[in-house]
Amino acid sequence: MPFLELKNVSKGFGSTLVLKDLNLTIERGEFVAIVGYSGSGKTTLISLIAGLLKPDTGTVKLNDLEIVEPGPDRGIVFQNYSLLPWLTVYDNIALAVDQVFPNWSADKKREHILRYVGMVNLTPAVDKLPRQLSGGMRQRVSVARALAIDPQILLLDEPLSALDALTRMTLQDEIERIWEADRKTVVLITNDVDEGLLLADRIIPLSPGPGATLGEAIPVGLARPRDRKALNHDPEFKRLRALVTNQLLDYGSRRRTTLTRKLTLPDILPEDLDQPRVHRPPLRPHEMKKEAIIVTS
Amino acid sequence: MNKFKFDWLLLPFVGIGIVLLVWGISSATWATNLPSPAKTWEVSKEYVLDPFAKRGEMDQGILRFTWYSIVLVAKGYTLALLIGTPIGFFLGLSKTFTKIFDPIIQIMRPVSPLAWFPLGLVLFLGAGKDANTLAALFTISVCAMWPTVLNTAVGVRAVPQDYLNVGRVLKLSRAKTLWKILIPATLPYMFTGFRLSLGIAWLVIVAVEMLIGRPGAGGFLWQEYNSAIYEHIILSIITIGLVGFALDRLMSLVEGKLKASH
Repeated sequence: MPFLELKNVSKGFGSTLVLKDLNLTIERGEFVAIVGYSGSGKTTLISLIAGLLKPDTGTVKLNDLEIVEPGPDRGIVFQNYSLLPWLTVYDNIALAVDQVFPNWSADKKREHILRYVGMVNLTPAVDKLPRQLSGGMRQRVSVARALAIDPQILLLDEPLSALDALTRMTLQDEIERIWEADRKTVVLITNDVDEGLLLADRIIPLSPGPGATLGEAIPVGLARPRDRKALNHDPEFKRLRALVTNQLLDYGSRRRTTLTRKLTLPDILPEDLDQPRVHRPPLRPHEMKKEAIIVTS
Repeated sequence: MNKFKFDWLLLPFVGIGIVLLVWGISSATWATNLPSPAKTWEVSKEYVLDPFAKRGEMDQGILRFTWYSIVLVAKGYTLALLIGTPIGFFLGLSKTFTKIFDPIIQIMRPVSPLAWFPLGLVLFLGAGKDANTLAALFTISVCAMWPTVLNTAVGVRAVPQDYLNVGRVLKLSRAKTLWKILIPATLPYMFTGFRLSLGIAWLVIVAVEMLIGRPGAGGFLWQEYNSAIYEHIILSIITIGLVGFALDRLMSLVEGKLKASH
């Protein structure tokens, strides 16, 4: 039985269909990366799994139970961190821990929170407010908060796309290290093929919207732990990278050919320069009227 | 940098000087009933130099009068916040509530304190001796609450969906969402409302005191007008202005602190 299952899921906003007939199964302990273009409905997809949105058709099931609302069994790391700016690093995580483990003693909670702060290397910043932290540090807090509630599945919505390239690499390595430690089920949404290859067991391309759908899954059989530097020369890595990239570029070109646009001509005609300037009002086709005049002689 | 600070300290005095000059010239030329700055100081000295003196019910040091006004404002203002903030939250949270009450609020908002006060007297007619005070509190709160109501409503509507999503994912209860997310996120807006409300409350108290002749900055002003001691009118105006300015500064300090943390 699959752990997470999406069956014929469609979702639209207004008249645009964002996701169309999505099917996805993920096994327990698997790390799956969904790679796609910006604006192809990746965030919509993660919101459906999170329960923040409801599908128009089809079902989303976790552990064979249909997801109808958000809950702490699914930890989410949002693209924009979503930390509460008036709470310190500690308090942001504590808000989540207090809610999910209300019966724990104060000491146990404190120790638990500090352990996760340590896991993302933020111990020196534990009493800082989010605005005092860099983007990378904020995103680590967000990761720590999601992990601290011990979710069954971790949903990462482009967690690193707002960061600079070097910070992104550091955090990718950290996510890999943390995942190696407890092997949670993870769905990572990203637009970075290398990121997917470095972290995931499987990469699933998402075709561009509107009406986006998931492509054929590409298994990533690279041995773990994956070393960024060694991977760059690994022939299998190069092959997979080409495969995913081509698949996505293929979507891109297909999108180009199927794109239809209504062509609207400007509502004006060239001026007749033989006429004097004062007698040359702009000629607008939609204003032109023909009238029949009957002349009797 | 040094020069900058110097400017800010020195130039206001240039402004004060110009006003004093215009005042002095006016009292010497066209407005002969207006006391000159020097005369005003001469007559008011006693009230300023011994600001907490109490010589009689309507003959007290200026800060003592001001203190009476501040106490009354504090009560009415607290009432305004206690009523206005929840209304603001309801307006921000519920579209239906907004549709029901927004028109009424928009009609009540522009009504002058002078118009509310008699209604307050009628409402508390049965209270006997306290009727004046209760009517004053009613007028202050009904006039001062609107900025708090409207700013709180705007603040609640402006709470980012991300913050609410955090609450939804954690399945926070309604009460917890309110206290842990909505109120902290709205606080800067609320304080903008609080500050504007305080300004209005201070405007209202002067008008109300003049109507009931209660000891206070406004009451003193009106009494001294009736006694033809015009110097004290100016003294009162300056005091009222200074206190209003100080209250506003105080509130904007708090407001600035809150805004910085968001």
